[in-house]
Amino acid sequence: MSIDEDRLKLRELLVRGNAGDGAAYHAFLKALSAHLRAFFRKRLIRMPDEVEDLVQETLLAVHNHRHTYDPGLPLSAWVHAIARYKLADMLRVRLGRDALNDPLDDETDIMASSDTEAMDARRDIAKLLEHLPERQRLPIQYVKLDGLSVVETSQLTGMSESAVKVGVHRGLKALAAKVRGEK
Amino acid sequence: MKTDELVALLAKDAGPVAPNAVARRFGTALGWGVSGTALLMMIMLGVRADIADAMLLPAFWMKLAFPASVAIAAYLAGTRLARPGMRLGRVPGALSALVATIWLIAVVALLNAEPFERKHLVFGDTWLFCLFSIPALSIPVFAAAIWAMKGLAPTRLALAGGAGGLLAGAVSATVYALHCPETGAPFLAVWYVLGMAIPAFAGAASGPRLLRW
Repeated sequence: MSIDEDRLKLRELLVRGNAGDGAAYHAFLKALSAHLRAFFRKRLIRMPDEVEDLVQETLLAVHNHRHTYDPGLPLSAWVHAIARYKLADMLRVRLGRDALNDPLDDETDIMASSDTEAMDARRDIAKLLEHLPERQRLPIQYVKLDGLSVVETSQLTGMSESAVKVGVHRGLKALAAKVRGEK
Repeated sequence: MKTDELVALLAKDAGPVAPNAVARRFGTALGWGVSGTALLMMIMLGVRADIADAMLLPAFWMKLAFPASVAIAAYLAGTRLARPGMRLGRVPGALSALVATIWLIAVVALLNAEPFERKHLVFGDTWLFCLFSIPALSIPVFAAAIWAMKGLAPTRLALAGGAGGLLAGAVSATVYALHCPETGAPFLAVWYVLGMAIPAFAGAASGPRLLRW
C-alpha cells in the first residue's frame, strides 16, 4: 500500500472512530502507534528507552484530544503537531530547556514510516491507574479492561450510568496528567 | 502495561465524539466570559450617560468597531491555535492591518489638528483610567478563554495564551467603549491598543504554564 493510500485509510479510520465505530478506532490507534514509534525512534536515537513511554503518552493524548481533529484537515498535520509537542515537552522536562531544534522536520513525514516492534515501556500505566480515585478507577477497570457494559458497571458499582461515563472520561485525563508527572 | 493493551483499553467502548468541539467550547466560554465582563462593567462603571447622543457620532462606532474587529481576529487565532497542526493563515496579517489602520487614522487626525490640541487628542481626560479598566474588565473573558484552551489541544502554548489574552482584552475594550467618553482616534490608537496588549502579554507569559497538557 502506498503512503498516500495508507494516509487516507488512517484518516478514514479516525473519522469513523470519532463517529462511534469502535473497531475502526481500534485499528486507527494500532496503526498510529506504529507510526509514532518509528517517528520517535528516529528522533531519540540517544534515548531509546524513552521511545515506548512517549508512544504511550502520545496515544493517551491523541485519545483525550481526538475531538480537536477536524475531518476537513489533513490527518498527518494533526498527528505530527501532537507528536512533536509531546516530544518537545518530554525533552524539556528531561533536559530542562527547549531542546527540540528541528527546523527541517517535514510534517508529512510521520506517516512515511512505521515500526510495529514495541519495546517494553518503563512506566507502567496499569500501576498509575491504581492511584486514581475509585470513582474513576472502577469505571475504567470494569468498562475498559474487563469489558463490561456501562449498564453492568453502573449496577455493580451503584454509580449512575452518566457517572460511569464521566468517570472513564475524567479518569483518562487524570491518567494523562499522572503520565506527565503531575499530581 | 504494553502498548497494545493500552490501545485496546483506549479503543474499548470509546463512543462517538460530538462534532465542532472547538467552536462549541469557545462559544460556551465566551458566553460566560462576556456576561461576566458586561456585568462587571455595569456594576463598576455603567454605560456613559450621554450614550443616546453619542450613538449619532461616527467616532462612537469606530470606538466599538475597532476592538470588536480585534476580538474577531483574536477569536479566529485562538480557535486555530487550539487545534494541533492548524496554521494561523492570514490572521496575523489581518490583526496588523487593523492596528495599522487605526494608527493611520490617528496620525491623520493629529496632523489635521491645531498643535495645541494634539496633546489632548492623545491623552484625553481618562487615559490612565482606560489603561487600568480594559485589563481589569478583561479578567472574566481571560479566565474563560484559558478554560476553553485547556479543554482543547494547543501545541504552541505562548501563542495560544497570547491569543486568549488578546481576545479577553479586545472584548473588554469593546465593552469599555460603552462607558468611555473619549472620541479621538489617537486615544484609541494608544490606550485601547495598550489596554488590549496587557492581557495579551499576560496570556503569552502564562500560557506555557497554564496550558500544558
